[in-house]
Amino acid sequence: MYVAVKGGERAIDAAHAWLAAERRGDTGIAALSVAQIREQLALAVNRVMAEGSLYDPDLAALAIKQARGDLIEAVFLICAYRTTLPRFGSSRPINTGDMALTRRISATFKDLPGGQILGPTFDYTHRLLDFALMAEGEAPLAAPPPPSPPHRGGGEAPLPATLPHLDTPVPPSPLVGEGWGGGGTPAPVPHVTDFLNRDGLIQSEVPSDATPPDLTREPMELPASRPLRLQALTRGDEGFVLSLAYSTQRGYGRTHAFVGELRIGTVAVEMDIPELGFAVDIGEIEVTECETVNQFTGSRTEPPQFTRGYGLVFGQTERKAISMSLVDRALRWKELGEDFIGAPAQDEEFVLMHADNVQATGFLEHIKLPHYVDFQSELELIRRLRAEAITQREAAE
Amino acid sequence: MTSHTATFDRKTWMGLLARAKPERLAQLFPELPAHELLRPPEIGAVMVQGRAGGAGSAFNLGEMTVTRCALRLISGAVGHAHVQGRDKPHATRAAVVDALMQTDQAAALAAQVLAPLQDEERVRRSARAARAAATKVEFFTLVRGEDQ
Repeated sequence: MYVAVKGGERAIDAAHAWLAAERRGDTGIAALSVAQIREQLALAVNRVMAEGSLYDPDLAALAIKQARGDLIEAVFLICAYRTTLPRFGSSRPINTGDMALTRRISATFKDLPGGQILGPTFDYTHRLLDFALMAEGEAPLAAPPPPSPPHRGGGEAPLPATLPHLDTPVPPSPLVGEGWGGGGTPAPVPHVTDFLNRDGLIQSEVPSDATPPDLTREPMELPASRPLRLQALTRGDEGFVLSLAYSTQRGYGRTHAFVGELRIGTVAVEMDIPELGFAVDIGEIEVTECETVNQFTGSRTEPPQFTRGYGLVFGQTERKAISMSLVDRALRWKELGEDFIGAPAQDEEFVLMHADNVQATGFLEHIKLPHYVDFQSELELIRRLRAEAITQREAAE
Repeated sequence: MTSHTATFDRKTWMGLLARAKPERLAQLFPELPAHELLRPPEIGAVMVQGRAGGAGSAFNLGEMTVTRCALRLISGAVGHAHVQGRDKPHATRAAVVDALMQTDQAAALAAQVLAPLQDEERVRRSARAARAAATKVEFFTLVRGEDQ
């Protein structure tokens, strides 16, 4: 029950003034600029863009600054802003096959056309604190090492159409011309799942341009289609999606996932412009894509084959994309004719209704707001029950 | 092919203008000719779609900020722009260039604005690709027991 209460304005104003001062911190220390956050805390920016469902690094950096680094609060700010924007339309589905790669690895094939590109990764670092970063004035950045010479072959990169199957020797990378600054725009690198697809060993994806449901516009309806689940997962809380994915690995809905391919890079965003009658690039975004290849021994309806889980997230967000693909796969049990074993990650309602951290925070934190009247009635109820209980006990004695 | 003789189709130049850094475009094309705004620059969002499995059903990935603008030059040429971000002068400038590219000034503008944008984009991309290539793993197989 809610009752309007007045008063407290002065206290609230004073609290907000103090919040602003605390946000700024010690004024003897230089203030952070939004550009510094955007450039130097880029992974936090990416997370806020992904979970706030709005690709705009400057706004995400501003939100982080305003939220004092509380990322969920920053996501909240972005979501609130996003709802004020007119929607111009939808893009064409981005083509991740044309991604300009900064990272691309596969855990299933060592020698794959296009090669394994580590990119700017934390992998293989020793996770030791680097005290040099703490010292005043950073050491100059090391120049990138020149690429190592090709082990075999060399010369011109082959055309993608001439790429051999995986069971034949691997050609030099078609990614870039060898050497520095050589060549023009690199040729697209094929998806790993395409190779398996060619042999019919993996469940294939059926292209569809049906207008996908949008849970930022319509309330979520269950049972959900896969497009709706993917939208909920890509904007879901990273911690929640990570934990669910981890639970599937530990046995709660085991799906035997391998990372068939993980790629990070930029893709063009293309939109049909009605005034023009054709599609144009409206910009370029960085995304992380993860495709899992999952062992599948067959079910009542499907033959033994590999199955797929899919993760696609704004920005360089590797942990989230891998998590998303595991949870996507676990949620597909029905269409693949698997059994529901009661695992949380298989439970669509459980996953989808609890993935949104702004929604969760709102409901969780509302219990700290005044509930004086609610509580007053609870208090009266407990007093009456106690009185009755005591009366009955005395009567029994 | 040198950039000075390059020709551009409308789709290509609109993409270049949309991806250009607003400051750089302003540097290359500082003075805006007189124009009438048909749709004043407006900030909004476009829902970006992906595909399940990279190839299957379309789904909504999230929105991105976009600024759009439509205008008419004195000559009557109409220009449109949809550019990433929230920079209204960027959208206006892109729409002006789009309109001018449909006039007899196209060749001059291509050399003055579009060719530098394209060259710089190409350099940026190949530098990044080269940096990625430097992190490419070269596997080599150690001598195995049965080889000895």
